[in-house]
Amino acid sequence: MDDINLMEISKLEKSFGGLNAVQDFNFHIAENELVGLIGPNGAGKTTVFNLITGVYKPDNGCIMFRDENLVGMAPHTICTKGIARTFQNIRLFNDLSVLDNVKIAAHKNVPYSLMGAVFRTPGYFRGESEIEAEALHYLEIFNLRNKKDELARNLPYGEQRRIEIVRALATRPLLLILDEPAAGMNPQETQALMELIRYIRKEFNLTILLIEHDMSLVMGVCERLYVLDYGQIIAEGTPAEIRADKRVIEAYLGEDVG
Amino acid sequence: MLEFTQQIVNGLSLGAIYALIALGYTMVYGIIKLINFAHGDIMMVGALVSYFSLTLLGTNIFVAMAAAMIACAVFGVLIEKIAYRPLRNSTRIAALITAIGVSLFLEYFTIFIFGPAQKVFPASAFPIKAYALGGLSVLNKDVFVFVSAVVLMIILQYIIKWTKTGKAMRAVSLDQEAAVLMGISVDKTISITFAIGSALAAAAGVMLGIYYNTVNPLMGIIPGLKAFVAAVLGGIGIIPGAMVGGFVMGLLETMVSGYGNSLYRDAVAFGVLIFILLIKPSGIFGEDTGEKV
Amino acid sequence: MQKVNNKWLKLGIEVVVLAALFTLVQYLITAGLLKQYYQISLASMCINVTLAVSLSLINGFTGQLSLGHAGFMAVGAYIAAIMTNMLDLPFITGILAAMLGAGLAGFIIGVPTLRLKGDYLAIATLAFGEIIRVTLQNIGYVNGPAGIMGIPKFATWPWLFGGAIVTIVVIVNLINSSYGRAIISIREDETASELMGINTTKYKVLAFVVGAGFAGLAGALYAHYFYIIKPETFNFLKSFDILVMVVLGGLGSTTGAIIAAVFVTALTAALQSFPAIRMVLYALILIIVMIYRPQGLMGNKELSLRTFGRIWGGRH
Repeated sequence: MDDINLMEISKLEKSFGGLNAVQDFNFHIAENELVGLIGPNGAGKTTVFNLITGVYKPDNGCIMFRDENLVGMAPHTICTKGIARTFQNIRLFNDLSVLDNVKIAAHKNVPYSLMGAVFRTPGYFRGESEIEAEALHYLEIFNLRNKKDELARNLPYGEQRRIEIVRALATRPLLLILDEPAAGMNPQETQALMELIRYIRKEFNLTILLIEHDMSLVMGVCERLYVLDYGQIIAEGTPAEIRADKRVIEAYLGEDVG
Repeated sequence: MLEFTQQIVNGLSLGAIYALIALGYTMVYGIIKLINFAHGDIMMVGALVSYFSLTLLGTNIFVAMAAAMIACAVFGVLIEKIAYRPLRNSTRIAALITAIGVSLFLEYFTIFIFGPAQKVFPASAFPIKAYALGGLSVLNKDVFVFVSAVVLMIILQYIIKWTKTGKAMRAVSLDQEAAVLMGISVDKTISITFAIGSALAAAAGVMLGIYYNTVNPLMGIIPGLKAFVAAVLGGIGIIPGAMVGGFVMGLLETMVSGYGNSLYRDAVAFGVLIFILLIKPSGIFGEDTGEKV
Repeated sequence: MQKVNNKWLKLGIEVVVLAALFTLVQYLITAGLLKQYYQISLASMCINVTLAVSLSLINGFTGQLSLGHAGFMAVGAYIAAIMTNMLDLPFITGILAAMLGAGLAGFIIGVPTLRLKGDYLAIATLAFGEIIRVTLQNIGYVNGPAGIMGIPKFATWPWLFGGAIVTIVVIVNLINSSYGRAIISIREDETASELMGINTTKYKVLAFVVGAGFAGLAGALYAHYFYIIKPETFNFLKSFDILVMVVLGGLGSTTGAIIAAVFVTALTAALQSFPAIRMVLYALILIIVMIYRPQGLMGNKELSLRTFGRIWGGRH
């Protein structure tokens, strides 16, 4: 934890019509770390993700990412800075092929110009085959290459979740944010997914932040955890520390414990 | 100052007509999130029904207006059943395109049947008298239009606020699924909304016939668009907003014709629309809502 | 290597078919074998194909419902007519100025309005289209409501056919590139697209500007074929005409837009003496297509040589 922090969030605040969704949120993540953000339903986890990725504008606070404050930047700019995410409710481009879904994410690094596209220059053809090769490479890792021509909407739920991760990877992020990646998966699928997350972290030298509300799941894979309840961090530490934390148990099981 | 007051008097009756049409737009939008493009044309049908009631059947203006309102209420329900209901679960764009189709259909089917020529609204149905009121000239037709519009708006308020039907309408527009769970028939409520909105439009059509002395198959387009602007101005889906918006549009239009260039009369409405859409798309009384991710 | 050969073969077949079509019509016109009625229909087809393909970029591929396309056509028609008729400049200058002018109008209108979504955008573009028309009615230099008459009839068959082909090629090439995929992703899910690093505002405006520019080209061709333009020609009913073609062809299909434009033009020509019936039919087309096949005849599929090949070979 003495490494340089990739991202450091301080005093983040957001309220919706008088309701404090997130308050006094302080957070840091080091390069190549795998951190989990957990908490009961409605604790404000997804709101934090939306604040980081620019979907919502925070009322207060700052989000430093590689010495730059992300607050006020458009979501697409934040993505080009090196942050990519998946969605809790899958948001693929449903009527497009799996391959196109991934290619779209590669657009921010498009290797040819608009004019090159219109006039079909050699650079266009070269660029298109580069994009295709890269997209196929990512699909290969997730064992989805044989599904490349299928429409995203026609794939089973678990595969759609994995395509979301592939798509996020194709933006070549430094920080990958996964919003309940294992939701709706059975234990075997979840186990396989966790293996995959460990693998891509090593392979692409990624920093990963993930949300899960299923505690047992995060405990296995994350190095460090933050626990959010009613928009506030109530605990921070290694999985072992969190497991023993009284406030966390209360938050999950209600006030009456004990 | 006197002239200014005179312009306001002139604008009030036009504003009342726009408000009546705007109410229909706003009620329909509130309940099924559809810009009913054909609403202005339903108004035209109402004007036409009253015209035939006056000329062919020789009824008086009150019977003609009642006939127009009943006919259009039925007609509005039919349009919703045939054209809009099948699209209730498709995209809003598809529904909007259908509404444009219904609008074109009403306009040109009317032309096909009755010809494109404009018909003179029988003057005998409503003999014009002018009253002098402290230097102001007030026409009886303006008084008639204004008073009947206000009466209709009060009745509408009563229905929405105090009757079971009105409560059902408000419930469906707030949360359709919850309304179903409370035992409200969504289909029936939507039909009633179309019936009421179309009846109000028909009344406005009759008033417009009296106001301009003519009826024609394309008469619904421009007033329809202006009333739509009025609905957006007040905050679409918000009933008092539509009334305020209607009066604002009517007054604005008479002011522009009275003091400025009447060629720009129609452009003003579009200018207002763009202004409001760019500054505050939710309208004067609306609240901004974000998208949930 | 097989793939490369296929690509060139496909291009070759397309060029040959189009050249043959072009030469055939050109021959029939010069030999005086084509009646005036058919000549006008063919010219209208080219203009409408240009309009439909350019609007399908905005409505079909970007998913932004615009109801003001006739406004951009008007800007192009008037700019081109001013260039040739009043300033005596060559036709090509008029065309380029028309495209730039209409594209600029698209930019000015697009930047503020494209923040709006769905039906609000539709209404705002409708209003802007009407404002362009009312403005033209009030400009004395272009004779207000009377419009410009006696525009030189420069738009011969090569210009008309070439205009349509250039529009198709540019828009198809744009769509089938990374930029096109970015544009399509906006239609699919704007928020997800934005979060995948795509500057959605920029690409919406780009699509709007390119679409408007080619509507300007259509306007320039129209002005120099029918040699008279009036503001009234470009009212919102004209925008609806173009919308009918795009909706009928399929939101997101260039070939669909082309086929629908040709079909609708032929229908319009056939019903010339019955304008009310024509409009009733348009209206029914809009309603019936939306209820029974909201994706349009072609959906987002394209008709290609491969489709023909499949039919030919009897394979599935």
